[in-house]
Amino acid sequence: MKYTEEHEWLRVEGDEVVVGITEHAANELGDIVFVELPEIGTAVVKDDEVVVIESVKAASEILAPIDGEITAVNEAVADEPGKINEDATGEGWFFRIKPSDPSQMDDMMDEAAYKAFIA
Amino acid sequence: MSDLRKTPLHALHLELGAKMVPFAGYEMPVQYRPGVMKEHLHTRAAAGLFDVSHMGQVILRHESGRAAVAEALEALVPADLLGLGEMRQRYGFFTNDAGGILDDLMIANRGDHLLLVVNAACKTADIAHMRAGLPGIDVDERTERALLALQGPEAEAVLGAILPEAARMRFMDVGVFPSDYGELWVSRSGYTGEDGFEVSVTAERAEALARALLSHDAVEPIGLGARDSLRLEAGLCLYGNDIDTSTDPVEAGLGWAIQKVRRTGGEREGGFPGADRILRQLRDGPARRRVGLSPEGRAPMRDGTPLFASAEGGEPVGVITSGAFGPSVGAPIAMGYVPTGLAAPDTMLWGEVRGRRMAARVAKLPFQPAGIKR
Repeated sequence: MKYTEEHEWLRVEGDEVVVGITEHAANELGDIVFVELPEIGTAVVKDDEVVVIESVKAASEILAPIDGEITAVNEAVADEPGKINEDATGEGWFFRIKPSDPSQMDDMMDEAAYKAFIA
Repeated sequence: MSDLRKTPLHALHLELGAKMVPFAGYEMPVQYRPGVMKEHLHTRAAAGLFDVSHMGQVILRHESGRAAVAEALEALVPADLLGLGEMRQRYGFFTNDAGGILDDLMIANRGDHLLLVVNAACKTADIAHMRAGLPGIDVDERTERALLALQGPEAEAVLGAILPEAARMRFMDVGVFPSDYGELWVSRSGYTGEDGFEVSVTAERAEALARALLSHDAVEPIGLGARDSLRLEAGLCLYGNDIDTSTDPVEAGLGWAIQKVRRTGGEREGGFPGADRILRQLRDGPARRRVGLSPEGRAPMRDGTPLFASAEGGEPVGVITSGAFGPSVGAPIAMGYVPTGLAAPDTMLWGEVRGRRMAARVAKLPFQPAGIKR
């Protein structure tokens, strides 16, 4: 798993990458009550706003961690946003992306580095 | 957060795992480990304990007695204070010369004096306002006391076990009772739409009282996050959001708190700051009103969201002043100001969220029926 400074996690599965937010981020946001996901097929560039999440406290935008094309979205979290708080790195995933430049992930943090980052 | 003030329960909040945030100059618990949603639902299902010690508790006295205080305060607050029964409490507000609201507050008749509870963010200004506007009245902020709110359907049983007298109080009754925690000042009121109490206790005994209440299975500590969603579901105004100096009490839907004797034709008509505007608004009806709004879909509409009369084009017709997800309602809820012609329940409006117009229906307040004990 790779991690960004924006508290996203990326898990490579074949030639696609699954993206979500970390448990730490979900805890900081508080109970999540609304998620707006991108459309499948959308081409995104790193740092584009791709997901909007609203918690009981505030709205936040999730940025595309890499360039690529959205190949799947997790409709289950749109129906039940609380899944993100319950299982941020599992059932709480946001979308799958087909990277156009996988080397963009090379400089991202591994789990140990992320843990140090949030400590 | 070193320059922030702490309440007498600060150490207990930390021990209970609270997440502390700055609020009105105090370091306050916004939530505990369960989080806003669970805390909110727990309060409606059982009982929640809130630290509201940041609020101002102010005693007003005059050597000739309570009636003199009530009469004087009527010059600052458009409410019937002379007619307020002994050991009864009433909601009111300080108004300014333009008819705007300086703060909202609770006023209790405690026999020979009045006790006021005012908002934390406004208390310094309120006290200065009273000292300037109430000559001869002793204005005494009781900073040595903490204030706890116990709210929810189990509140009566829980407080009644410590203080049997509390169970006999009706909504908006106040009492002064000796207890194992020193003298408690109790009112049967709150800010959640639930039955409950606010209990003033000396700072030294506050933690012991809080621990005694929390030791009951029904009681969980509740942070300011859930306090906000609870009051919003109950349709209650938050000063600084839904009411302020730019809103008058009538458009805010608080005309009910201005009793007949202070209105046009009443025995003590007017005589408070902004009376011209406020009495005219009561007679003619306001051009805009505070309403509830139910956004369609799941996206909350936050305060500041502009409201439009159509799905496309046009200028904003109003604005949302409070908006959140309502945990008990199970959907986003909001309050805001709209023109009177668009204030009828079920009127369709559109709020602009992230550049897109989303539908919201005018809704009756409160969103959640009140559980208070009349």
